[in-house]
Amino acid sequence: MTDATLGAAAPRSAASTAMQARLKKRHAAERTFKAQGLAAIIVALIFLVVLVGRIVAQGYTTFETHTLSLPVYLNPDRIDRSDLSGVNYDYIVAEAMMKKLGVQDDDLGTTSTKVQDLLSRDFGFQLLNKLKADQSLIGKTITVTGPLKADADLYFKGEIKRSTAEGDRKLDNQQLDWLDKLEKDGSVKSGFNFAFFTHSDSTEPEQAGVLGAVVGSAMMLIITALIAVPVGVMAATYLEEFAPKNRWTDIIEVNINNLAAVPSIVYGLLGLALFINWLHVPRSSPLVGGLVLALMALPTVIIATRSALKAVPPSIREAALGVGASKTQTVFHHVLPLAMPGVMTGAILSLAHALGETAPLLMIGMVSFVPGVPEGFTGAATVLPVQVFIWENASERAFHERTAAAIIVLLVFMIVMNAAAVILRRRFERRW
Amino acid sequence: MTLILNPNASPLLRGHAMTVQSPDDNAHTPVIHTTVSHAQAAASVGEAKIKARDVKVFYGDKQALFDVNIDIPAKSVTAFIGPSGCGKSTFLRCINRMNDTIPSARVEGVIEIDGSDVNAKSVDPVVLRSRVGMVFQKPNPFPKTIFENVAYGPKIHGLATGKAELEAIVESSLKKAGLWNEVADRLHQPGTGLSGGQQQRLVIARAIAVSPEVILMDEPCSALDPIATAKIEELIDELRSQFCIVIVTHSMAQAARVSQRTAFFHLGKLVESGPTEEMFTNPRDSRTQDYITGRFG
Repeated sequence: MTDATLGAAAPRSAASTAMQARLKKRHAAERTFKAQGLAAIIVALIFLVVLVGRIVAQGYTTFETHTLSLPVYLNPDRIDRSDLSGVNYDYIVAEAMMKKLGVQDDDLGTTSTKVQDLLSRDFGFQLLNKLKADQSLIGKTITVTGPLKADADLYFKGEIKRSTAEGDRKLDNQQLDWLDKLEKDGSVKSGFNFAFFTHSDSTEPEQAGVLGAVVGSAMMLIITALIAVPVGVMAATYLEEFAPKNRWTDIIEVNINNLAAVPSIVYGLLGLALFINWLHVPRSSPLVGGLVLALMALPTVIIATRSALKAVPPSIREAALGVGASKTQTVFHHVLPLAMPGVMTGAILSLAHALGETAPLLMIGMVSFVPGVPEGFTGAATVLPVQVFIWENASERAFHERTAAAIIVLLVFMIVMNAAAVILRRRFERRW
Repeated sequence: MTLILNPNASPLLRGHAMTVQSPDDNAHTPVIHTTVSHAQAAASVGEAKIKARDVKVFYGDKQALFDVNIDIPAKSVTAFIGPSGCGKSTFLRCINRMNDTIPSARVEGVIEIDGSDVNAKSVDPVVLRSRVGMVFQKPNPFPKTIFENVAYGPKIHGLATGKAELEAIVESSLKKAGLWNEVADRLHQPGTGLSGGQQQRLVIARAIAVSPEVILMDEPCSALDPIATAKIEELIDELRSQFCIVIVTHSMAQAARVSQRTAFFHLGKLVESGPTEEMFTNPRDSRTQDYITGRFG
């Protein structure tokens, strides 16, 4: 508008040519910038799609599993009523399996071993539990449904292929023939892998699940939240609203900002020295993990809270002070509630960050095999990212798909937390 | 806007503005370069509600106010006029000690309300501010309901013993502020949903609710349209019978309309104060004359 009027007012040809050139250059610069921005977004999106796509492609098979229904004859000759726990249930299961497949064991037990390689030890545990509950089952034939061993499961999922040379795969041709036969007569069924969510870590991949790690992560986050959020919010409120602005508060502020940039493994070392060696908090527990992550999350919470407090318009403070509210009343009745959406968002995002943290936890002994749900805040526990780390290092192939599946669970956990942050912010903001 | 909202930044900006705006005083013939003395301040008013003697304000090293002497009578409207950055708002904020919130601000001299020094150690600014209410340039209702806005002051000062009493205070305050008829059916809707003029009257109701003796108004109409301004001015005129009102304004017409007494500030000095009519028709100081005739400011 202005340019046009100016141009009309001063129609000098030389000037207008120069102006045209400048204008052209300006438009070109604008177009280039827009294109660059768009390209940046596309690159970022490609990375995201590749990352998530790869994990999902690798991990989704975990959520499917194959189970076998097997009639088992509880042979009284093999079961010692006085020592139910000492019975070799695995062999009873193998016998039932051989009967179903119509094969005989030889003297060396080669066939029974090969048959056992196809079935999870869960069958044996099921028999033990059933007999413990009801001894009258002895001598009868009962049907037991349980998971196949991970390798057999992988064959049905197409991960182990018959076309691979026999020596290069875990299962030989005879075992594959048996599996085909079982599939043909309908005793193998595929279904959703509930065990992955109801079991904790196990040495056998088909039995391994994320329950222990999810519960461990949740307990650890509770500790982190209970410490980092109140301490962080109070510290930020004091610094922002009450502390005198002098050299000391400047030094504190600089140090808080620096702490936010300290590598997380350093917090692990600090936690090892402070909480475990000095205060004797149980190693590998959600408590010590939560304490370390609280230290780590604290600077972020403080910074987020301070910026949320800064964003509250000074007119609100003046209004409250003007009607005779004290400094404390002003802050707690007006300023902090208005800053709350920002505080919540900052706190939840820093907790989500803490949820994904692995390095400091390795330092405080959380990288251990924990085959159960933690027995409380001081019991041994593992957490999701560490579970991913442990499974990734496992040699069995079936653990690799579980690694990806655990990452999916971790991502879903984080998405839920971030969604909670958004919802909380909306709810608080909607009040006005 | 930020200039006023951020008091930390304003002294420097004000200094800058002054160097640009202040005219060469020597260019005018017979100049009386005096400020209001103790005797002059006391002489012009009978019974003073607020009495200021030798008030100086410093923002860090910079002096913003020089030896202000003024007596402000009860149950009347006193207007502070003057160009931007002349110190009128600074002085206003000294009366209820709002300058305490600015770390670099330092106030010297004596300001008395009913004979007691507001800056005395024994005076709690919280109690002082319940006696001296304030209305700001930009309407700043709390982001709460209309009811809660007005009820907040009485609540924190414990002025109401029960819900009924609180409701009565809210109603009478809103009535005094001339807002009751407009909001009676939506007391529990957000105060921030009102129009600018209504918000400003809500803020006045909020100030009235704690039954102050003095109401300070810092350019209360500068963010409002002429109709809303007229309503506020009308309201100020009504409130005059019950409160001592001090109003800072940029509009000389407004000062002439609403005030009984006027004080003219220039470059941090109180140049002249007196009955409004006298100030506008027969100013003693040449700078006052120049300002009200629009030669600067």
